[in-house]
Amino acid sequence: MDNLQSLSYFYPELFLTGLIIISIIYDLFLDRSKSDRVGWVMVAGLIIITIILWFQDHNRITTLFSNAIVLDPFSTFFKILMIFSTILVAIISLYSDDLNEYRKGEYFTLLGIVVFGLFLMVSSIDLIMVYLSIEIVSIMSFVLAGYLKQNTKSNEAALKYVVYGAFSSGIMLFGLSYIYGLTGSTNFFEIQKVITNSSSESNSVILLSIIMILAGFGYKVSAVPFHFWTPDVYEGSPTTITAYLSVAPKAGAFAMMVRFFNQIFSDGGALVSSADSVSSSILAWPDIISLLAVITMTLGNVVAIQQNSIKRMLAYSSVAHAGYILLALPVMSNQSIYAIMLYFIMYLFMNLGAFFVLIVVKNKTEGETFDDFKGLGWEMPFIGIVMTLFMISLTGLPPTAGFIAKFYIFAALINGGESFYWLVIIGGINSVISLYYYIRVVKVMYFDGEKSESLIHPSTMMTALLLITAVPTLIFGIYWTPLANWIHSSLVFYLQNI
Amino acid sequence: MDHILSWLIWLPIIGMFVIALIPRDKEELIKTTAASTTGIQFLLSLMLWSNFDSERGSMQFIQRAEWIPSFNISYILGVDGLSLPMVILTGMLFFIGVFVSWNITKAVKGYFALFLLLNTGVMGVFLSLDFFLFYIFWEVMLLPMYFLIGMWGGPQREYAAIKFFLYTLFGSVLMLVGILGLYFSCGKTFDILELTRIAPDALNGVLWWGISAIKVIWVLLFIGFAIKVPVFPFHTWLPLAHVEAPTAISVLLAGILLKLGVYGILRINYGLMPDGVYWFSAALAMLGLINVVWGGLCALAQKDLKKLVAYSSVNHMGYSLIGMAAVVAAGEANGMNMKAAQAGLGGAVFQMFNHGTISAMLFILVGVIYERAHHREIEGFGGIASQMPIYTGVTAVAFFAGLGLPGLSGFISEAMCFIGAFPVYKGIVIASTIGILLNAAYFLWAFQRVFFGKLNEKYSNLPDINRLELFTVVPLLIITLFLGIYPAPYLDIISSTMDVIIDHVVTLATYASI
Repeated sequence: MDNLQSLSYFYPELFLTGLIIISIIYDLFLDRSKSDRVGWVMVAGLIIITIILWFQDHNRITTLFSNAIVLDPFSTFFKILMIFSTILVAIISLYSDDLNEYRKGEYFTLLGIVVFGLFLMVSSIDLIMVYLSIEIVSIMSFVLAGYLKQNTKSNEAALKYVVYGAFSSGIMLFGLSYIYGLTGSTNFFEIQKVITNSSSESNSVILLSIIMILAGFGYKVSAVPFHFWTPDVYEGSPTTITAYLSVAPKAGAFAMMVRFFNQIFSDGGALVSSADSVSSSILAWPDIISLLAVITMTLGNVVAIQQNSIKRMLAYSSVAHAGYILLALPVMSNQSIYAIMLYFIMYLFMNLGAFFVLIVVKNKTEGETFDDFKGLGWEMPFIGIVMTLFMISLTGLPPTAGFIAKFYIFAALINGGESFYWLVIIGGINSVISLYYYIRVVKVMYFDGEKSESLIHPSTMMTALLLITAVPTLIFGIYWTPLANWIHSSLVFYLQNI
Repeated sequence: MDHILSWLIWLPIIGMFVIALIPRDKEELIKTTAASTTGIQFLLSLMLWSNFDSERGSMQFIQRAEWIPSFNISYILGVDGLSLPMVILTGMLFFIGVFVSWNITKAVKGYFALFLLLNTGVMGVFLSLDFFLFYIFWEVMLLPMYFLIGMWGGPQREYAAIKFFLYTLFGSVLMLVGILGLYFSCGKTFDILELTRIAPDALNGVLWWGISAIKVIWVLLFIGFAIKVPVFPFHTWLPLAHVEAPTAISVLLAGILLKLGVYGILRINYGLMPDGVYWFSAALAMLGLINVVWGGLCALAQKDLKKLVAYSSVNHMGYSLIGMAAVVAAGEANGMNMKAAQAGLGGAVFQMFNHGTISAMLFILVGVIYERAHHREIEGFGGIASQMPIYTGVTAVAFFAGLGLPGLSGFISEAMCFIGAFPVYKGIVIASTIGILLNAAYFLWAFQRVFFGKLNEKYSNLPDINRLELFTVVPLLIITLFLGIYPAPYLDIISSTMDVIIDHVVTLATYASI
């Protein structure tokens, strides 16, 4: 479809662009103390975009802008997920004391631009778009990570993020150029056509370029060994941004990886047949990703045990969770993509919830270490209960959302065949390891304290946000058929016959 | 009557929500709510018993509902002769447990809320017939248990709690892998009844990495259950957890939670993998022997009375394992000795119940003396008999029951286990008589040191056991005595189901060298 025609399918993104411009202009007319009104404009606009996305014609599956991006239910699913997490983060940002000393107007504008980048990330089918969309998200994230200008840790976070980001996207670009050189095209389907028909002589070069491209993806999902930025950036950034970075860009990068490996390096795409077919080409990329997944979750979990700051602990925990999700990628069956999608819904609620608790506690105690959580369960009973829920859910204990998420991942692996069984065992043992540090939070909240006479209740808005994240964390652990149906109907890719 | 099983499971949850609504300083009201909830549950379990048709060995009161159709997960409940005694035991011990924990002062509201959550988990495991549901309930028990040990326990409670949690979670993760393996190789169902029909055939000849799938799944599930039993070498969490836990929780741990392991092996491993039974039974008997001897030796070495009782659990569960292994006596290779199989399996299941009542009694009694003397060092007592005559009498009976004195219920079940296993595993049975000797030795020696000899001056004004405490012990004592003299009511409940299990294992095993 040519560029002009495409615009009529691009209206959610156009609306979002308009929203970003409006918020920039609106911010110019506001005093510093009132600049958080931009946040409400942004939230309202994002809610409207959610509604637009939800009611978009989901049967219209097509490519836009001369095969640069696609419009399909799979991308819409992730767009809704992104926008939902952005709304939650935007609202909590309005109530976080972290940002009080700064002008908040640009903050929300930048969040809006990140969403735009994420929209492109989940729908690009062209190497150039892949690179551009990753960069849009990254550059905005650098600024957001360094938003606390007076705070040296925040500055350090931004700088580290930039250096790592530049380095890994450089390597990725190099890998992409190899692929272009070998195939003569930047379009996923054209590349697939050439690769399936090519002789095995070029395999080693393709494999090398896959490894280089994985540097870029791995950096975005914080997979080991491209994770080194994660703990420092997560610790230094405003907690709201940490929460955001641990969910939305990760989801975007995973959506991109699924599309990339499914449509270029699988034999014709796993989803051509609706059966639970397992397909991989002769290239050894599934093995590489399996190995990456195992190292990622093991290192994430083991290092998380040693942390004293809960924020850092959650940073490593998000590395570990990236590992669990990566487990499902090599299977590349209908079921494994389904599991990844389900994981992100569950992960969104439980992880954002855990970070929101951190924000509430930081507003009260000014600290984010285990010591600051001592006896919290007695002083703030509501916070204690929801944090316990988030922690057991992140561990993956039933009846919580986290268990269902892991259950589907493991099921996809077992169904994938005996070559994946060892991954399930390692994944399971990793869950046991992770229990140790997650339950430590619960331990300090309850065991290291005594009955307190005065109870502290969080503000109404905080309570509401915590309920929005906590209730699904519990309910989706018990009944998730609506989600299953939604994912099932969203599991449709734009595909071209080769 | 149609939904009685659902009521049994969900009643404690309702009680938990009621408790959550009560202000935290109204402690009496909270305790009364917990007592009435568990009391009604106990009555329901007795009602279930009176309506239970013990002639039928199959599942009764089956309840089915769709839950997550896209993954073929359903809500299925049912009860048979294997689970009914456990349901009654659960109802009874949780009811008694409320009174044992009547004197809790720290965070009463939280304690009883978690107590009832634990109750739902345990009841759910015994009644669910969907493997996914079973697993959910199995895991639901962990968190309340972690809190109950870690917050209300002894000095080393935090370490004990996390050790318990990590150990059991490790087991259940392996179990989850086994469950998924079964699901995908047996026609994508979690329905245990369905799996019991399909699995023996469907798994036949399936190889994973060149190893029979039956062996792999059997081992995965067995480790999960063995940690709960606990089977040597997975027992190291138990002494610690038992000793650090508050009295009521030790009672429940020993009385019911250990039985979940044996129950799981019989329901799942025996039901789904008859070939595995033949493959593993010798190892099972051997593990039983190690449990008996090792548990006995460890108990003998203990200085702490509660730890002694804890190790006696390891010792006693060993008899159950030996009895279970006797099922193979009914197989062709062993001369189709149906009587031996019946005695062994019946003994194992009877031992589960007897150990439930006896160890519960022992833990309550240890708790009684601990509350008065504030320590449990065996050497620190002496001559208590003259000071607390009623307590001494009750403890004497409980200790005798523990060491398997004829006339008390423990003797019958242990004898049945041995009689059943003897034709097949003569050596193991003979060797395990050492365990019986040790069993008698550690109980009698401990009794002598605590109750006889010169009265320790410190304890010259120790009050005797009070009425509340007697109320918690005496019913258990009566059951022990009654079943010791007349075990027929119990054996009637289980016998048809035991025949079904034996028949299932024997006829569906292919005797293929797996």
